[in-house]
Amino acid sequence: MSLVDLFTVATVSAGAFFFLAGSVGLLRFPDALTRLHALTKADNLGLGLVVLGLLPRVDGVLGGLKLVAIWLLALLASAAVSQLIARVARRTGPRA
Amino acid sequence: MIDTLNAGLALLILALAVWTIVARDTFAAVVGFVAYGMLLTLVWVQLHGVDVALIEGAIGGGLTGAMLVRAAARLRRTEAAARAEHPAVLTRIAAVLVAGSASAALAVAVLTLPDPAPTLAPETAANLAATGMGNPLTGVLLAFRAMDTLLEAIVVLFALIGVWSLAPDRVWGGRPGPRHHADPDGILAYLARVLPPIGLVVGVYIFWIGADLPGGKFQGASIIAAMWLLAVMAGLSDAPPVSRTWLRLALIGGPVVFIAIGTAGISAAGAFLAYPDGLAKPLIKAIEWALMPSLALTLALLLAGVPERPAR
Repeated sequence: MSLVDLFTVATVSAGAFFFLAGSVGLLRFPDALTRLHALTKADNLGLGLVVLGLLPRVDGVLGGLKLVAIWLLALLASAAVSQLIARVARRTGPRA
Repeated sequence: MIDTLNAGLALLILALAVWTIVARDTFAAVVGFVAYGMLLTLVWVQLHGVDVALIEGAIGGGLTGAMLVRAAARLRRTEAAARAEHPAVLTRIAAVLVAGSASAALAVAVLTLPDPAPTLAPETAANLAATGMGNPLTGVLLAFRAMDTLLEAIVVLFALIGVWSLAPDRVWGGRPGPRHHADPDGILAYLARVLPPIGLVVGVYIFWIGADLPGGKFQGASIIAAMWLLAVMAGLSDAPPVSRTWLRLALIGGPVVFIAIGTAGISAAGAFLAYPDGLAKPLIKAIEWALMPSLALTLALLLAGVPERPAR
């Protein structure tokens, strides 16, 4: 196993761990706001680490840029959507 | 390893499908359906049908999902009353029988398919060069099975007419959906300003690349439609009254060009929707370019919904 392979395995595994932690948080946390907090960890760190791990394996610069663009778009969407959900959750009050 | 993943995926999809059907709450069922669509996208990727995966993700999961969410929100007020009504035992038994025999017939049909399945793939691959396309799917959709694609584009248009016809008389020809108001400094307005330029580029790129790689007009059109809807939902833009002449011309533009080129084929190449030798690629391009804006507009208006406000 080369150094690049090790790097990919390590970062993608770390990414998968954040996805797992985010899912556990989504299921276990008590209210909407804390659940959102758990979810954004999966989107931001989990996907970021997976993309980072895949970067050394892309064919060209363009492929790598597309991967990074996907991560950035997911960041933008998750940040915006969680703020919208959080606002509704705060307005309607704490409900399981 | 990959087999284990595939088996897990299949089990998840089956479980979600059952859950979508048995969920009592309409909104929960819709959420299940969207997740089901996303998992189905993964299945298509695993089957190397990236074109179909893109369609499933954009239309099956995204567009249909948004439509169902809206329908569920509208049904919410009357949901409790509808749930309190219990159909008679006989009706239930009849429903079980009909649904059960339909599923059984489908299962039998799938299980008795010849193995290997009959395929036209070798002929398609052998004749693809005649269309000048690099993506076999685009070649099939616009040359070998152009009639299906034409009818598909027209069916979407019919669906839109069906949605419009639900409008009450006093707002006939008016603006679809409610006027959305959002905080002009809020995050939704911000997203609706930042995302559309990116989304438009991605949509056109997916459409453009469709000639040679997975992608195409339906996928691109649904992304562009989503961008426009985002702007409408953030209150930055408003849906036009559906009675506008330019709107109706734009809606029928794509199918009309398709039919015109198809009809010209009768004299030029001897059959409806046949392309003269050497002209296949430019003609297919012309049809795609004409269909794309019409499709984007049709999909966007399908989601915008029934006219609710007078045109003024």
